[in-house]
Amino acid sequence: MSVETVEPLLRVRGLTKHFPVRSGFRNRSVVRAVDGLDFDVRPGETLGLVGESGCGKTTTGRMLVRLLEPTAGSIEFAGRDITHAGRRELRPLRQDLQIIFQDPYASLNPRHTVGRIVAMPLQVNGTNPPGGIKARVQELLELVGLNPEHYNRYPHEFSGGQRQRIGIARALALRPKLIVADEPVSALDVSIQAQVVNLLRDLQRDLGLAFVFIAHDLAVVRHFCQRVAVMYLGKIVEIGDRDDIYERPQHPYTRALLSAIPDVTKLGPAGRIRLAGDVPTPLDPPSGCRFRTRCWKAQDICATEEPALVSRDGGNQAAACHFPERGPVEATPGGQPAAAPAGRGAEPAGQGAEPAGTGAGVEEVSR
Amino acid sequence: MPESAPSGQLDDRPSVPEQRGTDGPYLRVDDLRVRFDTEDGVVRAVDGVSFAVERGRTLGIVGESGSGKSVTSLAILGLHNPKRTTVSGEIHVGGRQLVGLPEAEVRRLRGRDMAMIFQDPLSALHPYYTVGKQIVEAYRVHHPRAGKREARQRAVDMLGRVGIPQPARRFDQYPHEFSGGMRQRAMIAMALVNDPDLLIADEPTTALDVTVQAQILDLLADLQAEFHSAIIMITHDLGVVSQVADDVLVMYGGRAVERGSVEQVLRRPQHPYTWGLLSSVPSLHGDADAELVPIRGNPPSLINLPPGCAFHPRCRYADRNGDRSRTEVPQLGPAGEDGHLVACHLSADDRTRLYAEDIAHVGVAR
Repeated sequence: MSVETVEPLLRVRGLTKHFPVRSGFRNRSVVRAVDGLDFDVRPGETLGLVGESGCGKTTTGRMLVRLLEPTAGSIEFAGRDITHAGRRELRPLRQDLQIIFQDPYASLNPRHTVGRIVAMPLQVNGTNPPGGIKARVQELLELVGLNPEHYNRYPHEFSGGQRQRIGIARALALRPKLIVADEPVSALDVSIQAQVVNLLRDLQRDLGLAFVFIAHDLAVVRHFCQRVAVMYLGKIVEIGDRDDIYERPQHPYTRALLSAIPDVTKLGPAGRIRLAGDVPTPLDPPSGCRFRTRCWKAQDICATEEPALVSRDGGNQAAACHFPERGPVEATPGGQPAAAPAGRGAEPAGQGAEPAGTGAGVEEVSR
Repeated sequence: MPESAPSGQLDDRPSVPEQRGTDGPYLRVDDLRVRFDTEDGVVRAVDGVSFAVERGRTLGIVGESGSGKSVTSLAILGLHNPKRTTVSGEIHVGGRQLVGLPEAEVRRLRGRDMAMIFQDPLSALHPYYTVGKQIVEAYRVHHPRAGKREARQRAVDMLGRVGIPQPARRFDQYPHEFSGGMRQRAMIAMALVNDPDLLIADEPTTALDVTVQAQILDLLADLQAEFHSAIIMITHDLGVVSQVADDVLVMYGGRAVERGSVEQVLRRPQHPYTWGLLSSVPSLHGDADAELVPIRGNPPSLINLPPGCAFHPRCRYADRNGDRSRTEVPQLGPAGEDGHLVACHLSADDRTRLYAEDIAHVGVAR
């Protein structure tokens, strides 16, 4: 996708995960949680993976660190194919590839001291840092802004933000090259969230870490990531540099997503693009473009032909859409807020295609 | 639904004995205090909070976890366990004082005059009963003379009203057959089935995706315009507040630290805690590479609140008034503009100057 000469650290092609489900006696089907992802992460680069619940972003993150076995596709890390690498092959790679979990309450063993939790990756990998494990652990605690003397305390003695710092210290213990951070700040209060985002930013900058940052909060991602991939129903619908995605999104879904976020800088009802209905079930995703059942631009071709994730201008931004948008978000869809009809009228959309369970179309709201 | 028009219900309410007329604020909370006795000590979850909400207006209550915002709303509805909880102060709903009222009387008001939308619809709805049956039950509690068919019709109407497609079919489905957004809509339908004049929404969209959140916030605004109800929106999301609220109450450590119109609190905030909230929120606009300015430290324990101003250990300006912030609890007082109140020891001049120097150019405060 990009024309940079640097070899990507992580190279993902056609990554797919299907979960088999049994419904009824003989009826077997699959949840297409992730369905063919292509992306690269270069050394020291931060890629944001955003989307709503059920879009497959967490599944993707877990496959990247091989907590889940991919159904198809390939994951290359530092030039080596790790898609189906076994435990032993993975062990040296684990040093370079770490994960931070969402829930700082569930991801730390309550019976272990902080020192033991952070030392665990060092011990498991038989690493002997200069000065001993304890010194390294205390150095790590200090690095993430914790008091190194709290080495012997247990997780319950820490607040949510501090626990997340412990999780970060553990991920940093082996000096990884890439960290997959799965919603690392979404369980935290706003004031604490900013502390952790700043910490991650400083670490990323100082240690030259690459990140795959998984989040549903687009504002947080904007503050952390250089590139952003937007997912919908198991697919990447748009990927590009941060400013392109936020200022000039091409995919209608990206626009709807950005428009739906309540913005503190604007008082009163804001954002005019309203998606109707819900995300269709990944058990039976719509044919063609998966977003078409909720898209206001959908035509017949959207139901028959799946749009490819391609760049339109040869740049870094690619959108999987037959009818990509142009220009800033404020200009979509059609007309200014004042021109939109008051109240709520659904425009006809998605002709020739039965929407999965819910109404199709977009509502323009202005009050 | 003529049989359940709000005016018809108002008639069988006892006449308002208070000195205030019916055009005063529908909800008035005066010096509300809620204490829990626990093994570890007394938790002062709410410590002297006052506010009012008029019909047709929305009050946003903002605060972090443990600030007392949810406890306040549960106290208004009388949902605390009386054995373990001490509630004092005054809560006037439609002219009736609720604190100290017998449980049976509060129950008559709850659901009819005031209703609540909870954060998590999956745990607020009973998994064993169909959605329709639960709404019918909520209706018949307050309309014992309503027939089965009438109640069902009413419930189907409400489901349709909150934007659930094919309401008659959905009526017979169970909560697990609904998506997250649909469940939240069903809960709103249940809360509105008796045309309450006061609606308390406790983080109603926190568990939802942004595109669904936008739908639900629109729905609440439409319903408010239609029913002219008073709404309390409890949230930690300043974006949601800026979108729906007319007035804002900022809570910290069980106390109100700032109160005013949404314009005043979000555009000309006066309390250093509000400043901290605004400068720590990442924004979709402006300089993405600018550092966020977090509030240092952690929220306080309600069992062991810092003496004086509860915010002083985290406040950058706590030392400006000598020991005052450590010894004296600041009272909520005029912040300059009409209706704008702040509880801070800083002088008005200091606040204006510090805000302009340190905060006004940062993050979303810009």
